[in-house]
Amino acid sequence: MCRIGQEPGPHDADNEDDEEGPTAAFAALLEDSVEELYENAPCGYLSTLMDGTIAKINGTLLAWLGQERDAVVGRMRFTDLLTVGGKLYHETHFSPLLRMQGELSGIALEIKEAGGGRIPVLVSSVVKHGGGGEPQLIRTTVFDARDRRAYEEELLGARKAAEQARKEAEADRARLQDALAVLQQSLLPDSLPSVPGLDAAAHYRTASPDRLGGDFYDLFPIDADRFAFFLGDVCGKGPQAAAVTSLTRYTLRAAAVHDPDPVSALTTLNQVLHERYTGGDPRYCTTIFGTLAPDPATGRVTVHLAAGGHPPALVLRGNGKTEYLPTPGGLLVGVLPTATFTAATTVLEPGDTLLLYTDGLTEARTGDDRTALYGDEALLDFAADHAGRSAQDVIQALTGLLDDLGDGLDDDTALLALGAPALTPRTEATA
Amino acid sequence: MDVERRNNVTVTGNPSGPTVVLAHGFGCDQNMWRLTVPALADDYRVVLFDYVGAGRSDLSAFSEDRYASLDGYAQDVVEVCEALDLRDAVFVGHSVSAMIGVLAVGRAPERLRALVMVAPSPRYIDDDGYRGGFTAEDIAELLASLESNYLGWSAAMAPVIMGNADRPELGEELKNSFCATDPDMARVFARTTFLSDSRDDLKAVAVPTLILDCARDVIAPREVGAFVHQAIPGSTLVTLDATGHCPHLSAPEATNEAITDFLARLP
Repeated sequence: MCRIGQEPGPHDADNEDDEEGPTAAFAALLEDSVEELYENAPCGYLSTLMDGTIAKINGTLLAWLGQERDAVVGRMRFTDLLTVGGKLYHETHFSPLLRMQGELSGIALEIKEAGGGRIPVLVSSVVKHGGGGEPQLIRTTVFDARDRRAYEEELLGARKAAEQARKEAEADRARLQDALAVLQQSLLPDSLPSVPGLDAAAHYRTASPDRLGGDFYDLFPIDADRFAFFLGDVCGKGPQAAAVTSLTRYTLRAAAVHDPDPVSALTTLNQVLHERYTGGDPRYCTTIFGTLAPDPATGRVTVHLAAGGHPPALVLRGNGKTEYLPTPGGLLVGVLPTATFTAATTVLEPGDTLLLYTDGLTEARTGDDRTALYGDEALLDFAADHAGRSAQDVIQALTGLLDDLGDGLDDDTALLALGAPALTPRTEATA
Repeated sequence: MDVERRNNVTVTGNPSGPTVVLAHGFGCDQNMWRLTVPALADDYRVVLFDYVGAGRSDLSAFSEDRYASLDGYAQDVVEVCEALDLRDAVFVGHSVSAMIGVLAVGRAPERLRALVMVAPSPRYIDDDGYRGGFTAEDIAELLASLESNYLGWSAAMAPVIMGNADRPELGEELKNSFCATDPDMARVFARTTFLSDSRDDLKAVAVPTLILDCARDVIAPREVGAFVHQAIPGSTLVTLDATGHCPHLSAPEATNEAITDFLARLP
């Protein structure tokens, strides 16, 4: 093994005492000498002046280079042995570091053979200082690194392949997310229609951009005087849930045109879902469906709705009172061949707002350890604080609430607020 | 954006003296100037920094687009000058930084009043009637070696970091960062440096300029120093009796003397 160490160097002219000591005895026994070891060591040796001029070089390195000693010693600099890349590396890294640290080891460079070939080598250098501490010469050891270079190239190839695969995977993922986002949007209205005598606002929050959510809502005209709305939650997530959402949305729209009675519309949906998803893959949803009839004369909006398995709507009264509009007993839509749904009616006075939501909100995890649920009571309290506000204001406040819940939101959340506008604009100054 | 953090700006020396900005070239970082700073520190306020992608700069600020031209690096210089609100500073650039300095003085003449170019080269590749010192094949081989060998180049720096018990002045921090350039960013810097052709920019230099070249420099041969001198009106050329591309390290006394002489003579 050939290494730079603390032992006196064989090419150190000051060390002529060796022949007196036990080292000489061993050398004699081996019929070897330090000179011969230096000359024929299994690595290259090189000594240069501080300006790089080659002062001494061993036979091994000369053989690698395919050069005659006379052509090299005193005539070439170390950098003359290197490829262009090596020269630049030497000037920009190797030499500055060597000057700063006094030694440098294991640097990968390439030396040029006289025939034009290249030999990858590992180079170590150490600066020899004179008695006064001034740098005198640079001793350099050169190891043949052809095998190591081949190994490195294999590693490099593997790394490049892995980088390429990662980039492709990222691109695929981005494409998939784009496709999912488009599909998700197709399940929701682009924007809510403008309804005379009604304030409407909605918000949809996906819990994970990777997954298609199963929440949905809509608002659309059914005749000259009335509008229909619905909001619901399909069980499950992903493409299968999205297919159910799509079927649900278009079924409810068609059913509403045919017969806008809320219980009838949900009954139609129940039949369609049950028929479509019989067998091993039952699919169902929870929904509130209703109709709105704004009265331009009074500013009131009459609401008829029915619910199947869905959390009750909230009514935020302009006078500050806030209450759930109970729809108990309504069954999940699509589970049974026939199902009962619970109807309810309310009149929104000017300044009142009806709020529909999915359980992504009420089942958001809260608390430091994220084990408590947000809950119906908290939502009621939150809504009460915003009673009397416009539908847009209520949705904006709830959007802020969702932001605050942050990663406590496990599930998608859909929000739809429908309000009878207050008759006179509220003035902030009196608030 | 915190430019001082991004470019790892160091301000040292005499706070009430005129300002000198020292800019490192391709390869290492501001530590290249460690033998220059002591010669300036008594009389000058010295500003050091690392280009984005080098040394202890904020690597997250690296953009391949921005640093694919010397303009991007010149923008670093201008932004450092702005962040420190420098006026009438002298820019000292080594190697490719000398050319970056040419662009920077053009953009911010009120901030940079003079230029010192250490071992500059406006074009590394030979051209009709111009000797840059490298053939196009040489540079292609260099860039290919960077491309294919960055495992070697980066891994090779690891052992360098150990064992300086005999040089206690090299703090741990310094050892661990010196020259530890991100190989991907070094590759971009190398392409930008060695493929650039800034010869036409030289004639626009309108500030007092000192050119330092080395008697024996394998990267920027003497013809190149002479070319730069001829191209910049009114410039001064000093050839240092030095070997290699880093006279501020290999011949620090002569380099420092040439720089301080030039600084002292500035109007």
